[in-house]
Amino acid sequence: MPRETLLNVLLMTALLAFPLWAHLADEPFLITLTTRAVIFAIAGIGLNVALGFGGLVSLGHAAFFGLGGYVMGILAYHAQTYTPLMEVPFLIEGTKSMPVIWLVAIVLSALAALAIGALSLRTSGVYFIMITLAFAQMFYFFTLSWPTYGGEDGLSIYVRNSFPGLNTMDPIQFYGLCYGLLMLVLAFVWALSRAPFGLMLGAARQNEARVAAVGQMPYALYLTAFTISGAITGLAGALFADLNRFVSPTMFSWHTSGEIMIFVILGGVGRVFGPVAGAVLFLLLEHILGGLSPYWHIYLGAVLLGVVLFARGGLYGLLAGREVAHD
Amino acid sequence: MTLPLFIEQTLNGVQFGVMLFLMAAGLTLIFGVMGLINLAHGALYMVGAFAAAATAAATGSFILALAASVVFAAFAGVLVETLIIRRLYGRDHLDQVLATFALVLIFAEGTRWVFGSFPLFLDKPDWLSGTVMLPFGIEYSLYRLAIILVGLVVAAGLFWLIGRTRVGMQIRAGENDREMIAALGVNISRLYTLVFALGAGLAGFAGALIGAIQSVQVGMGDSVLILAFVVIVIGGIGSIKGAFVGALLVGLTDTLGRQLLPMFFALFMEPAAATSTGASLASMAIYLLMAAVLILRPKGLFGGA
Repeated sequence: MPRETLLNVLLMTALLAFPLWAHLADEPFLITLTTRAVIFAIAGIGLNVALGFGGLVSLGHAAFFGLGGYVMGILAYHAQTYTPLMEVPFLIEGTKSMPVIWLVAIVLSALAALAIGALSLRTSGVYFIMITLAFAQMFYFFTLSWPTYGGEDGLSIYVRNSFPGLNTMDPIQFYGLCYGLLMLVLAFVWALSRAPFGLMLGAARQNEARVAAVGQMPYALYLTAFTISGAITGLAGALFADLNRFVSPTMFSWHTSGEIMIFVILGGVGRVFGPVAGAVLFLLLEHILGGLSPYWHIYLGAVLLGVVLFARGGLYGLLAGREVAHD
Repeated sequence: MTLPLFIEQTLNGVQFGVMLFLMAAGLTLIFGVMGLINLAHGALYMVGAFAAAATAAATGSFILALAASVVFAAFAGVLVETLIIRRLYGRDHLDQVLATFALVLIFAEGTRWVFGSFPLFLDKPDWLSGTVMLPFGIEYSLYRLAIILVGLVVAAGLFWLIGRTRVGMQIRAGENDREMIAALGVNISRLYTLVFALGAGLAGFAGALIGAIQSVQVGMGDSVLILAFVVIVIGGIGSIKGAFVGALLVGLTDTLGRQLLPMFFALFMEPAAATSTGASLASMAIYLLMAAVLILRPKGLFGGA
């Protein structure tokens, strides 16, 4: 078994075993911490589709993370106050059902990513980075100054949304739900990376001109990747808001975009399971360094600098060596 | 809206634009010459503001505080450039984004560690307080007027430096072909440090000037940084002239949008709804402006081909 596969199996087993142990040891805090890791991992996997596979450095994925969060917040808010979301031209009511919320979050984030991507992909390089950042910031300031859904105070939801047959307020059951979704997303992205589309996208990242020469449009490939990427990150946003039962403009802030990028980098860019390792490592750092000093961001910054300057390829690069699949 | 109010808001927009230019000029130079995207530029703005506030508290002199803001920010710039940034010039943009984002975290938490979480206050000096009478019976804040004048003088100085001096010639040559000017015997690494220090000093200066109107706090550089990005995307990355035009456009759009949009919606909506709709849309106005510029000119107004 290649070392990378071994790492993947170890990682996913640990993510199953640790919360079960925490459940038996009656440590709900640790289950919640792991739930956060799993949700961050999904957000990172989303970004990795654009960043790792497509080479699109988006510093604006907070837009989709926050959008997913607000989909959950707004739908649940209307359900808990028994007010319709809108009446004209047709009636839309709030809902507390997780599958519906996920679906809406995915569709809306995909649409937003399609629009933002269509504009941003007219440029490349450093322009692309700044423009994606600016679009996320636009959402941030919009929610900040939009009083209907709490403005800068955000929105609180009293009870976690429901999933048929489960008690979602029970930490381990909600964790199981998130873990299941993580597996689904991983399977989807793994299949995507091996499908003709994924291979073509990787080719476009490495040599745009040749891809164009064999009759594929790099722009369409990038835009599709960016849309899928936004949709997955939006799903993570809806889960994150449900975990906290709270959503606020902070989800849109550029620090969120930076953190999602950190998950991808710490784990290893362009590897399907990389963001999972990155998110786990990030929360481990937060837990350990945060216990050492209230100013733990200094150490986080130092670790990040170290990884960028000296350990390119992240955790997977260190442990599994160079990627063997292609190139 | 009455004419005096309109002129006053226009002046506020110009003042905001001039400050954005001080930030954007450094960013665009650093990108143009070194090809580096620097997220830590907002941190240098914050360093300038904190240095000014601390100096003003210790000495009571506003002029000394301004000098300290430039010196400290430029010094921080030199330090960061020689220790870290220098290793990033050959790397791809992703590495640059991550490393400078790490610097943002380190600067923000470091400042919080030294100065605490509470905002500091930097008072404008007595001789710049109060208002002046302008034509048409407009009373305008003397300090804001001074900011506009100082900003324009600095902008003129920068144009002179880039366009008319030997160093400026080297900087422009560095933008075009860095191997060639290194081959001609210019010490390229010293030039890079100089450009970085210049950008940092300008950012610190802007931070100190704004710090006297707003409070001096950790994170104050973040929103300004992103606005400066919008400015240089609109103006065209690498172009000082573009940064100037972009900064004024963004400053005016933001200030006048906040004033005019709620009034516009009040024409056909209830006052409360008009205020909130107008305010929400005004907060998005500059990003819509950026999107419009990108659709028409993907490389910005003054960007190359």
